Amino acid sequence: MTARKRAHARRSADRAGGRAAHRQELLRDMVRIRRFEELCVELYSAGEIRGFVHLCIGEEAVSVGVLRALTQDDAVVTTYREHGHALARGIPAETVLAEMLGRITGCSRGRGGSMHLFDTGRRFYGGHGIVAGGLPVAAGLALADNLRDDGHLACCLFGDGAFAEGEFHETANLAALWELPLLLVCENNLYAMGTPLAREHAQIDLAARAASYGMVAWAVDGMDVLAVERATRRAAEIVREGHGPCFLELRTYRFRAHSMYDPDLYRDKAEVERWRHRDPITTLARRMHARPCARRWPPTTGSSSWARTSDATAAPSG
Amino acid sequence: MGEDVGRYGGAFGVSLGLLDEFGPDRVRDTPLSESAFVGAGIGAAIAGMRPIVEIMTVNFSLLALDQILNNAATLLHMSGGQVAVPLVIRMTTGAGRQLAAQHSHSLEGWYAHIPGIRVLAPATVADARHMLAPALADPDPVVIFEHGSLYNASGSPEPDGAPADLDSAAVRRSGTAVSLITYGGSLGKVLEAAERLAADGIDAEVVDLRTLRPLDDDTVIGSVRRTHRAVVADEGWRTGGISAEIAARIAEQAFYDLDAPVERVCAAEVPVPYAHQLEEAALPQVAGILAAVRRAVG
Amino acid sequence: MPSLGADMTEGTLLEWLVRPGDRVDRGDIVAVVDTAKAAIEVECFETGTVEELLVQPGTVVPVGAPLAVIAAAAAEPEAGAPAGTPHARAGAHPAEHQAGPIATPLVRRLAEAGGVDLAAVHGTGPGGRITKADVQAAPHAPAGDGPSEGPAVPSPPQAESHGHPPTGPGTHPAEADGAGGRVRASPMARRIAAEAGLDLARVHGSGANGTVRAADVRAVLRAPAAPVPSTASAQEPAAPAPSPPTRAEAMRQAVGALMDRSKREIPHYYLSTTVDLAEATRWLRDRNRQLPVAERLVPAALMLKAAAVAAREVPQLNGWWTDGFTPAPAVHLGVAVALRGGGLIAPAIRDAADLPLPELMARLRDLVARARSGRLRSAETSDPSITVTSLGDQGVEAVFGVIYPPQVALVGLGKVVERPWAANGMLGVRPVVTATLSADHRASDGATGARFLSALDRLLQQPEEL
Repeated sequence: MTARKRAHARRSADRAGGRAAHRQELLRDMVRIRRFEELCVELYSAGEIRGFVHLCIGEEAVSVGVLRALTQDDAVVTTYREHGHALARGIPAETVLAEMLGRITGCSRGRGGSMHLFDTGRRFYGGHGIVAGGLPVAAGLALADNLRDDGHLACCLFGDGAFAEGEFHETANLAALWELPLLLVCENNLYAMGTPLAREHAQIDLAARAASYGMVAWAVDGMDVLAVERATRRAAEIVREGHGPCFLELRTYRFRAHSMYDPDLYRDKAEVERWRHRDPITTLARRMHARPCARRWPPTTGSSSWARTSDATAAPSG
Repeated sequence: MGEDVGRYGGAFGVSLGLLDEFGPDRVRDTPLSESAFVGAGIGAAIAGMRPIVEIMTVNFSLLALDQILNNAATLLHMSGGQVAVPLVIRMTTGAGRQLAAQHSHSLEGWYAHIPGIRVLAPATVADARHMLAPALADPDPVVIFEHGSLYNASGSPEPDGAPADLDSAAVRRSGTAVSLITYGGSLGKVLEAAERLAADGIDAEVVDLRTLRPLDDDTVIGSVRRTHRAVVADEGWRTGGISAEIAARIAEQAFYDLDAPVERVCAAEVPVPYAHQLEEAALPQVAGILAAVRRAVG
Repeated sequence: MPSLGADMTEGTLLEWLVRPGDRVDRGDIVAVVDTAKAAIEVECFETGTVEELLVQPGTVVPVGAPLAVIAAAAAEPEAGAPAGTPHARAGAHPAEHQAGPIATPLVRRLAEAGGVDLAAVHGTGPGGRITKADVQAAPHAPAGDGPSEGPAVPSPPQAESHGHPPTGPGTHPAEADGAGGRVRASPMARRIAAEAGLDLARVHGSGANGTVRAADVRAVLRAPAAPVPSTASAQEPAAPAPSPPTRAEAMRQAVGALMDRSKREIPHYYLSTTVDLAEATRWLRDRNRQLPVAERLVPAALMLKAAAVAAREVPQLNGWWTDGFTPAPAVHLGVAVALRGGGLIAPAIRDAADLPLPELMARLRDLVARARSGRLRSAETSDPSITVTSLGDQGVEAVFGVIYPPQVALVGLGKVVERPWAANGMLGVRPVVTATLSADHRASDGATGARFLSALDRLLQQPEEL
């Protein structure tokens, strides 16, 4: 083997090694979010966490794929279903949990709760409780970035329900008109609380409608973290090039009810079960040739031990 | 930024010439999207800008109420003190120009209900000129209500006068017999009533609230303690209005100084009508203020 | 019963999906519960074997009540945690379990409702646990003696201790009878008339409907031939009396009389010291971390306990002066409580020096609540042997109080503040509190008082000993 060939082989091995490490990180982040939310369920049932709590179990690929593709200087505005976004942004799990427990050590000093996580140091401008209410604010953050010409963007996450609100359409129009560096990420989990997509939208191809404002828009499999990450990187590039906003529709599914007090009577259990077969965590693990996948992979570990340490992860051994 | 603030110069000419002077980056015409551009003002303020948003009239502000109430007024608290919103929102308020029911509201009392924002109502040219700079310097959102009938008032404020004090009400006329408490577009009517009362030997004090939130209790209560009688005049509807709040505070803090029930002169509880004589009848007028004072003074 | 929504306080168990002996895994659905909104599945957070179902279908139980007992895998049956309540709460009250009969809260509630003494019931459940069936089979309390007679008649609230006149119908001012009805007068006119001791019925009202205005009252007071003296002075007790004092006024008068007597009779001396609370604060924080919110200790409780123990150590300050000093047999710690609407009352926490901290804390909370609602017991108001006053939450750093006669000392506690503090040659920032002592010089000297304050300081450096 020539020296040149050896160098080439080393480089591809490095690349493969780097890719494996990266996927492990994605997997770890998703599992971490899932474990965190399972703990939330438990604490809510015990009455420790009160109020509205909206879980993103099943939608972890969105949190991890989108947030990982942004830089730390980009601004993030999101919804009330934002535990995953907050954790993926790097807000310590202790402060998120403390917030939900109403403590002064919470990331919003106990004033916000589950729906209003903030960390301006990480440019995380909050979970917003009014559907679509965060969109205009994100446009304003993008406007400031634009006026400063600093190369940053604002990313706004919202659901399919928000797409029906006037605030979405006002914001999409304004951002396209002013060519704002705004990344619009629609986390389409097919239900606006209990109303299915087809019963709230005359045209359910959301990406096509967004494109009508004159922005680049496309739909992505939101259960595939690698696809989400790839699409977000590409969309962020387009936004940074200065051609105005970009729209991503991430098709995903929540495995649990809308909130902790939702009897979930509007969905067919078989439908939920079908989507569970596309669990983003299992999907990635399978692709990484990780250990055989149980239905609830990885096996449940004691949640209390998880809660004790911030960095505790359930990294796969494979 | 706002609707028609740039090329048009503002629906009431308030921003005339600013586009030429400051350019399109700083003077921005917006689409007719109150929620989006007020929210964009909030976002820009969060990011460290000092935006002034003009909403053409208070009735259109209802389309942006979600942004004003749920975001501008709330984010600082809800984020545990992390997200300050140094935003100024200006809007036209009030009736009296035969603009009929959908363009004649006085909803500043509603806004004064909301913790987290400061609500200003300039009644004089000097206040209109000098409240803006301290409002911009305020780290929290400030909403300024400009009464439509005052846009044609003229005066010569000092061009570099001191920034107005945003915390205090002003005694516009000193008196001993009764306190007339008002603000904004009603101040002129109240001062006129005070002059007529003086001719009858009734020495009325006139308090201009200037800031509707936070209310300057000290000035209002101090005045009532001196005169022992109070008449509140404003263009809002009587039920649950700002005048109700003033009357309640007087009852709470100066009950034992009162020598007569607090009187209120408010708009009739109907949508504001179009026809001139009907509109006149629906709004507080000098005659109504005089009658209320005579009841109070007895 | 899990909490399935912020507004949920209770739920109806509809159906069990498991039976005793079944193995359950964390995450399994074990039951269906009906809330006000819908039937919701109950998830289980433990892995183990279902040992006992505590609640029958159709029963309404409050949130937090155990539904079933699950024996942890490979553990003693007693170690099992109730389903729906994680973190093995069953272990939280071991002492209670050993001391009394073993029964779930539900069973206790049933027993209470049915008048059954649990101590007399033989438990047939695992580990001698008393089951619902045991309670139902047990003989009930004799009829007419138990709660089956209906709710007990609440005892009438205790009369206030400070000699307020009873306020009830029939004691209102005579003005109502004066001119065939209540005089119509403005608040200001009323105030001026009351200050001057003038009967409003004698004033002619010039306002609408004959309303008396301030000017009418002033006119009567100014008139030289007025039938009433311009001031209702003390030499004419027969003059129309102002209306009887309100509660707040009566309280003011009572406090005033007591303090007046104190300052006239007691030669006060005052001492003050600043106490480093770093250790106490740390200890409290560590301790509170392990306690549920409702059982947490506040610094005030610690300081009260320290004051009580210090008073026991320096008995010359703990007692009463009536023609000489009588030491008190125990420390009945008076706690000054400011009342809403004005006034002050200082009821006692009896035997405060002997109370464990959580008990002291509970008593304090109870005492303050009852003091504010006027439901003190007479023993609490009659015999405090030394009193503590704290204006810390009012932002005051030091308070030099006036002694409550016949007591001989009053301890004042200020606000806990952070201050630069030198210790062992190093400068640091510490939480400190200024503690003061006002003492009766007839009963003790400054040196005695100094011993008290240094004892207080020492005790607060060893919070674990309290």
